Order: sequence, then C-alpha cells, then structure tokens
Amino acid sequence: MVDIIRFRDDAATDQQPVGLAELTGGSNATAVRLESNEDARALLPYLAQLTLIEVAFPTFRDGRGYSAARILREAGYLGELRAEGDVLVDQMLSMRRCGFDSFVAQAPVDRATLDATLNRYPNVYQPAADAAVPVWKLRHG
Amino acid sequence: MYQYDQYDQAIVDARVEEFRDQVKRRLAGEITEDQFKPLRLMNGLYLQLHAYMLRVAIPYGTLSGKQMRMLGHIARKYDRDYGHFTTRQNLQYNWIKLEDTPDILADLASVEMHAIQTSGNCIRNISSDQYAGAAADEVADPRPWAELLRQWSTFHPEFSYLPRKFKIAVIASEEDRAAMRLHDIGIELVRRDGVLGARVFVGGGMGRTPMIAPEIAEFVKADDLLSYVEACLRVYNRYGRRDNAYKARIKILIHELGADEYRRQVADEFAHVKTLGIDPPLAELERITAYFAPPAYEQGISDDIDRSDPDFALWLDQNVKAHKQPGYAIVNISLKPIGGIPGDATSDQIDLMAELAEKYGFDELRVTHAQNIVLPHVAKRDLYAIWQALDAAGLANANLDLVSDIIACPGLDYCSLANARSIPVAQKIAERFADLDRQRDIGELKLKISGCINACGHHHAGHIGILGVDKKGIENYQLTLGGSGAEDTSIGKIIGPGFDEDGIVDAVERAIEKYREVRTPGERFLDTYRRVGADVFKGAIYG
Repeated sequence: MVDIIRFRDDAATDQQPVGLAELTGGSNATAVRLESNEDARALLPYLAQLTLIEVAFPTFRDGRGYSAARILREAGYLGELRAEGDVLVDQMLSMRRCGFDSFVAQAPVDRATLDATLNRYPNVYQPAADAAVPVWKLRHG
Repeated sequence: MYQYDQYDQAIVDARVEEFRDQVKRRLAGEITEDQFKPLRLMNGLYLQLHAYMLRVAIPYGTLSGKQMRMLGHIARKYDRDYGHFTTRQNLQYNWIKLEDTPDILADLASVEMHAIQTSGNCIRNISSDQYAGAAADEVADPRPWAELLRQWSTFHPEFSYLPRKFKIAVIASEEDRAAMRLHDIGIELVRRDGVLGARVFVGGGMGRTPMIAPEIAEFVKADDLLSYVEACLRVYNRYGRRDNAYKARIKILIHELGADEYRRQVADEFAHVKTLGIDPPLAELERITAYFAPPAYEQGISDDIDRSDPDFALWLDQNVKAHKQPGYAIVNISLKPIGGIPGDATSDQIDLMAELAEKYGFDELRVTHAQNIVLPHVAKRDLYAIWQALDAAGLANANLDLVSDIIACPGLDYCSLANARSIPVAQKIAERFADLDRQRDIGELKLKISGCINACGHHHAGHIGILGVDKKGIENYQLTLGGSGAEDTSIGKIIGPGFDEDGIVDAVERAIEKYREVRTPGERFLDTYRRVGADVFKGAIYG
C-alpha cells in the first residue's frame, strides 16, 4: 500500500495513471503520469477528462515539475495533482504553492514536520497557484 | 535604504526558525548529510575544506552602520575575528560551526539581514552598482528595482530547483560598474520618452564557458518587469539542460537555442504570464523607491580640499570619486593591502568602517564586486579626517583599480572546489608591484584570479586574468589577457602555456612592461592590448 499524503476532500481514484503517449493516442483514461522531461502543455486538451495528474520527480533536484504544476493550474485544472518520487518534506511547501495537492514520496514523511513546514511562513512575496495573498497586496489593498 | 516592514521581518524570522529546526533534525540524526545538503545550501551554508562556510546576503551590496557592526560582531563571536567580502557583494565567514548557525541567523535577522538563497540552484542575491544613488551618470537609482526583484525571488515556489544557480544584476548607468552582461540576467534601467524601464540582457556568465549576455528585451515597463522575468525563468526552468551540471546555466540554453528563438519563447510565455496578475501595482515600486530618497545633503558647502598632506593627496586622487551632489564625494576603501588577502577585513576594521559611515556618511556603506567597501555620500570637508582614521586602521590603501587591487577567490586555501591556490598568487603579485609610484604609472589595470574553472575570481573579465588549474597534481596558472567586466564587456583570451606560481608573477610583469613600452599617452593596459593584439604580448611573455 503506497502512502499518499492528500490535501483533498474527494476520494482518491483507483485508476493507474497511463503515460502521456497513451493518453494522447486516444485513451479515455482519467489518470495520467507526466515524466519530468514531458511538456505539461501537451495535457491541456485533455484536462476535462482527467481527475489525476501525477508528475514525476526522479530526483529532488529536478525542478521541472514545479513549472508543470503551475501551467496545469493556470490552465484551470482542478483535479488531483500529485508529486511522485524523490519528494522531500522541505520541498512540499513550494509544491503546495505551485498547485500540488497530493504526494507520494519515496522516503517516509514525518507528518508533524510536514505540518510545521507548511504552516511556518505567515506571508509570501509572490502570488502562485495557491490562495496565499502576496505581501504587496496586503500593503496596497 | 530599504527598511523591513512587519511582513519582511516575519518572513526572515520564520526562516531562522525553519533553519533551526532543520539543523536540529540533522544534529539528531533524523536526516542524513545528503538530505541536509540541499537545505543548508539554500541558506548559504557550505561544507568547505576545513569547516562550514556561511555566506551572508548583502542585497545589492548596500548596508547600514548597524548592519555592518553586526557582521563584525558575528566574526568576533562565532568566527576567527574576520570576514571575507565577495565578488557577489556578500560576506563569507570561513570557520563556522553548524550548531551556531541558527543563532547567527537570528543575530542577522535582528538587523534585517539573512543568508537566504546565497547558494543553491535558485535566484541568488541581486547585485548592483556600488555607486547607486551617488553617481552623476545614472538615470535613476537602480536599487528599488533590485529590491522589487529581491522580494519577488525570495522563496519563489517555482524557481527553487532550477537547473543551476541564477544571478541577476541591475544597473542604471552607461558606465557598467557591476559586470551586468556577465550575469544570467542583466538589467539596465533606461528612459524612453521620459518613462523608466528595463533593458534586459539574458544568458551571460563566466564559469567554464564564458558568455556575454545578448539583449533579449529593449524595453520592459516597470509594471511588466516581474512577469517578464518570470517568463524568462520559466522557459529556463523547463528547458535548461539538466543532464550535465557544466552545461546547465541559462547561457548554454540561449547559446543552443539562439537569442532569437529564446526571445520568441519568452514572448509567448510572457503573453500568458502577464494574464496571471503577478505584477504588483506601481505603488509598490514607489513605496520601495521612497526608502532610497537622497540623504539630507547640506547645501552650499565647499568643494575645496586641503591637499597639503602628500599621502592623503595620493589616496584622494586614486580612491575618491565624483559625487552628483556639490560638496560631496564617494570614498572607496580598498581591502587590498600589499601582502593581504583580497576582500578580508577584521572585526575591528569592520567596526571602524561602520563608525565612519555613521559619523560622516549618512549611515550607509556599499560592498563592491571588486571586494572593496564604499562610503557613498561623504562631505569633502570630512575626507581628511576619514583618511586619517582609515590610515590608522590599515585601510587607506591608495590602490583602487590599480594592479594590486586584485580580485581573488578563496581558492585552495579554503574552497573544496578549487584546483589551485589564489591568495598566495595575489599576494606575490601585489608584493612585486608594491611601489605605488610604479602602480600609478601603470594606471588602471584590473587583475583577477580564480582558483578553478568556476571563475568566482572573475578571471575572464580581467584585463589580466589568472586561472589556477591542476596539472598532474601540480598547481599551474594560465594567463588570459583582454577581458573586461565594464560596459565594453569582453572575455579574456588565453595567451599560451601555463606557469608555476613564481612563473605567473614573472609573466604578469613581462606583460605589463611590454605595455609600458608600447602604450601611447593616456592609453590603459586594456586599450593597448586591444590595439596591438595578443602576439605582441605573447612574444614578450614567452620570449
């Protein structure tokens, strides 16, 4: 049983994600996996049918998935957006801000550490895919 | 100077607590060194040859007397009584204990300072012109734009794991004192039809593949700036190479795509990003700009200076520069004493510079990318008193921009990446040219030394550059000529086979003597090199 950390109220899908090529090849799958070298914009025509997009993080250093997540949220995708792979607890705040709302991490994640990490910063400097209000908006209303 | 409001302070305070928790988890063995490494690197903490090194951010090189004093305090309390000013206008401590770092960060936060993003593959400290706000040739003070970028880039959620580190410089003068086009993004503020905007260069850098940044946008409006830069970064984050760390900087992406194709991709991304509402209103830039209002200059004070003390006059001519305000001047404090370590200052020297800024300089100091300190706004009538105080502290070296004003990286004496030592070479060259009359006769000569191909000592941009390499286990030094980090940016060329430590000092001297022989009146070393070409120097150096 994979340990999924989810920040969603709906039930998780039990469908196995298909690859990008299978999806764009005409599959009616509702779950897809995006490798880190694949173009998130290739998914845009399919967003309406998808309920889970899993973005691969082959190493924690590979930051392409952050841009992929923002592009998907900017296009209006509201389904589950999962970061999978070498995902570290100290990265999850940035990932949440980019629009990820579930995590499957290779290394075990201590929930208390995660909660502290996600709630530590009272303010942010820039708008992103989350609801956090940037300080310039607080300054100028 | 910019001052934190409640939001800025809360963010920096939270960062101290986050790092305290990370260090605690590391010391308790809950996370491995491998897992801890990216966390400490995001906060400027490197494990070097002998100890931890902590790099403190000095945004756009500007700091107050109180902040400078805190740097001295930390050096005294937690390090070996000195600090090292760097080519990124930052300060490094070389002998830090891991368990002390949370307290050091707390001390820094108490004076509105931090070490956020001073390392790691993220957007680093924004650098700028050390004469900002004082130079007569600027179209505006570049620092408000740099502060806007500092805030935008701090903990940017999308750009914390870029392919490689990312450096941004902002200037506002035609004379480039910040090596702007040798940055990942270089911004030059310009006026068009009376409106201030940004000319944006992308893809410059040094390292093993030096490149001069091409212009990517000729004019970006203030209220489009963050969207535009975000688009530049997003294209890089998605398509920059990640297969080879040596090819991962944005300069390689732009070189491979071509500037036109990169510009097109950025334009497409910008058209999209601009719809997201990430640009603050112009009122935010105005709010920041208000902090950089000119100090309360005294009007109508004298421009006269008593030059009767000859040593003072020498320093005055070499280290003091024109200020835009009548009666005022810009003072450069050289951290390059003959035989010293370039950029190092003791706690007492740091305190003294803070005191002089508070007493005579509207409480402001700057760090330069050439590893010196500037008092940007000083009344001319106070120059002699300042010089006397500096002289008593060993800080009145009258060698600004002369051959002994050497930029050098820490090299193999400290750095785990280095192949060769830089500091002893800098010391030997400075000692060879110790005679100030000789240095003044040679004139402006920017000599820069790196102890490895990463080029932290900016050797590519040196009129004379020296690169230390490891040749079968022996330190060897390559000589490059003709580089420049100024508005006439150029990359130096390797002149021939390398030298050992003493050989490189002789080679530098032979190049300089050839210059003296063939120069025309008023011609700098760099100008002569460009006029006569490499072969003339090659002949002199290798006989």
